Amino acid sequence: MTIALPAAPAEAPRRQILVATAIASASAFMLIIGMIAMWLKFRAGAPTRDSLDGFKIIKDWMPVSVKIPEVAANVMFTTFPVGALMAQWASYSAKRNDAPHRSLALAISFLIGLAIVNAQVAVYSQMEIGLADGQFQTMFYAITGTMLLLVVGGMVFSLVAFFRSVGGRNNDTDLVNAHALYWYFLTAAFAVVWFVVYVQK
Amino acid sequence: MTNIDTHVGATTHAQGAGSALVISVGQWITSSDHKKIGRLFIGTSLLSAVLAAVLGLIFGLERISPAHMEIFHGDATPQMFALYQFALVFGVLAPLFVGIAIAVVPTQLGARSIAFPRLAQFGFWAWLFGALMVDISIIGNGGPGGGATDLVDMYLLGVALAAVGLLAGSLSIATSVLTARAPGMTLDRVPAFSWSALVGSIATLLSLPVMIGTIIYVYVDHTHAQLIFGGNKGINSFLGWSLSQPMTFVFVIMALGVLAEVAPVTARTEQPLRPIVLAGIGIISTAVLGAVTQSAHILDWAGTNSDKAKSTLLHSLFNGLPLLGMLVVVLLSLLCLKVGTPRVTASFALSLLGVLMIIVGVLGNGLYTFKSASLDGTVFSEGIVLYIVYGGLLSALGALSHWAPLLWGRAFDNIKLLGLALIGLLGTILASFPLYIAGFANQPANIVMGFDYDGPVALWNVLTGLGHALIVLTVLGFVGLLIDAVRNGESVSQEASA
Repeated sequence: MTIALPAAPAEAPRRQILVATAIASASAFMLIIGMIAMWLKFRAGAPTRDSLDGFKIIKDWMPVSVKIPEVAANVMFTTFPVGALMAQWASYSAKRNDAPHRSLALAISFLIGLAIVNAQVAVYSQMEIGLADGQFQTMFYAITGTMLLLVVGGMVFSLVAFFRSVGGRNNDTDLVNAHALYWYFLTAAFAVVWFVVYVQK
Repeated sequence: MTNIDTHVGATTHAQGAGSALVISVGQWITSSDHKKIGRLFIGTSLLSAVLAAVLGLIFGLERISPAHMEIFHGDATPQMFALYQFALVFGVLAPLFVGIAIAVVPTQLGARSIAFPRLAQFGFWAWLFGALMVDISIIGNGGPGGGATDLVDMYLLGVALAAVGLLAGSLSIATSVLTARAPGMTLDRVPAFSWSALVGSIATLLSLPVMIGTIIYVYVDHTHAQLIFGGNKGINSFLGWSLSQPMTFVFVIMALGVLAEVAPVTARTEQPLRPIVLAGIGIISTAVLGAVTQSAHILDWAGTNSDKAKSTLLHSLFNGLPLLGMLVVVLLSLLCLKVGTPRVTASFALSLLGVLMIIVGVLGNGLYTFKSASLDGTVFSEGIVLYIVYGGLLSALGALSHWAPLLWGRAFDNIKLLGLALIGLLGTILASFPLYIAGFANQPANIVMGFDYDGPVALWNVLTGLGHALIVLTVLGFVGLLIDAVRNGESVSQEASA
C-alpha cells in the first residue's frame, strides 16, 4: 500500500478583487449615467419663456438666484485625476514591492478623497440652496450626493488598502490594482457629472 | 490573497451550547456555504411565488364582477397591485435564478466556493429585508399612491435594498465565472448554465443601478420636496419600467441556460453547435439596452418610410434580438434531441415548457409594443409579465429537479414531477392567456372595479384566477415532492447531476 501525502490545496483564484472591482465600477458608472440621463431629461423638459427683449428663449431650469461656485467645482475636477495618479503610484510601488511608497501613495489617495469631500461641502455651503427649494436644487443634491457617497467609498477603499499595506501585506498587489481602478472610475464618473451638472448646468 | 472561504458550513459553535435547532438555524443564518445561500434564495423565492399567485388569484376573483365584488378597498388596490408586481419580478423571477446560480455555478466551474461568499450572503439578507420592507410598507398603506408618507419612503428604500441584494449576488456569480474556473476551463468551455449566469449577472449589474439611480431621485424628492416626481402617486410612473419588459427579459436569461444545460443530458449526447447556443444566450442580453433606456420602444408604422424604418429598427433591436436569441437556444436544444437518444425527464419538460412560455410572453410584448394594436394600458401587459414570470418559474423548477442530487443528495420522482409540469403549464397558460384576450377587449390594467366591455368578463377572470391557483398548487406540490424525496428518497451521487 502506498502512503501519499494529501494533495496540496488548489491555487487560489487570481485577480478576483480586480475583476470584481471592474464589474462593480461598471455597475456604479451605470448608476451615475442613469442619473445623468434623468437630469438631462428633466432639463430638456423644463419650461421655456421669452426674454424681456424678446430675442432669446430662456429655459427655466436653474434659478437665476443660484450661482454654482465654479472655482470649487473645477478644483474638484482637477483633483480627481491626482487621486487616480496617486492610486496608480501605489499600484506601481506594489508591483515593485516598495512598501513605504505604496503606503504613502495610499495615504495620499485617502487625503485627496478628503479634499474632494471638503470641496463638495464648500460647493454646498457657497451655493446656499435648500434641498426642497425647487426641481433643480433637489436633483442637484441627489446626483452630487450620490457622487459624494461613491467618493467616500473610494476613501474607505484607500484606508483599507493603506492599513493592509502598513500591516505588512506585501502580496496585496491585486487589491492595490483594484484600488487604482476604482479611482480611475471615480475620475471618469466625476468628469461626466462635472460637465453636465457644473458646466452645462 | 485568497477570497475563498475554506470553512464553508463548518460548525463554529460548540456542541451542547444550545439545542440542535438553534445551532442549525444559526448555521443557516451565518453560513457562507454557497449551496446554503443559494437554497435560502430559492426557498424564499418559492414562498414569494405562492404569495404572488395568491394575490393574482384574489385579483382574478375581484375582477369576475367588477361592478360588485371588492376585496381590497379604495387606495389599497393600486398598492396591492404594486406588491403583486414586485413579488412577481423582484420576489420570484430575479432571486430564484440568482439563488440557483449561487448554488450551482461554483460546482460547475470546479471551484471550492463562490467568489466573495460573504458578499453573496449579504446579498441574500439585503434582498430579503428589502422585500420585507416593501411588504410591510404596502400593508401599512405606504406603497405607490399610499397615504402614509413615511411608509412610502420605506417602500422606496425597500425596493432599493432588494436591488442592492440582487446586485451583490450577481457580482459574486459574475466574478466566480470570470476568475474561479478550474485550470484549463476557458470561457468558451464553461457549461451553458454558467455561461448564462455570467451573461445574466452582467446584464443585471448594468441595468439595476439605473433603477437605483431613479429611486435616489424619487426618494430625495419624496422625503424633502415632492415637487418633481408626483409624490406618492408618481412613483410607479418612474419605477414601473423595472417591473415590466424588457427588464424581465434580463432576469430570464438563465432560464435559457437551464434548457441548454438539461437538453444534452436528456438526449444523452453532446450539444451540437454549442458556440451558437452560447451566442444565442449572449444575444438575449441586448434586452439591457431596452432596460437602461427605460423604454419599450413602440413600433409605429405611421409617417414617412424613414420614420417606419427607424421605428422598426429600434423595435427589432430592443424586442426582436432577445427573441432571436431565445429561438436559437430552443431550436438547438431540440436539435440535440434529434441527434441523441432522448428519454423523457421532468426536468427537461419543465425547462422546455418554461422557455416556451417565456417566448409566448416575449412575442406578446412584440405585439403590445405595436402601436396599431392599441393594447397600451390594458391587462395585456399583465399577461406578458405572467407568461415570463411563471415560465421562468417552471424553468427554475426544472433546474432544481435537474440539480436536486447536487443540492439535496436526492432525486425527484420523475413521473410525479411530470404531472406537476403539466399542471404548471396549464396554470401558466390559464393565468396569462385570458389576459391577452381581455387586453384586446380593452380590460384596463391595475383596476379591479368600474370597467366593462363586450365579452365574457367573468370567464376570462375566472380562468385567470384558476391559473394562479394551479401555480400555487404547482409550487406547493414541488415543495412536497422535495420533502418526500429528502425524507424517503434514495441517496443519489452528486456526480449524477453535475
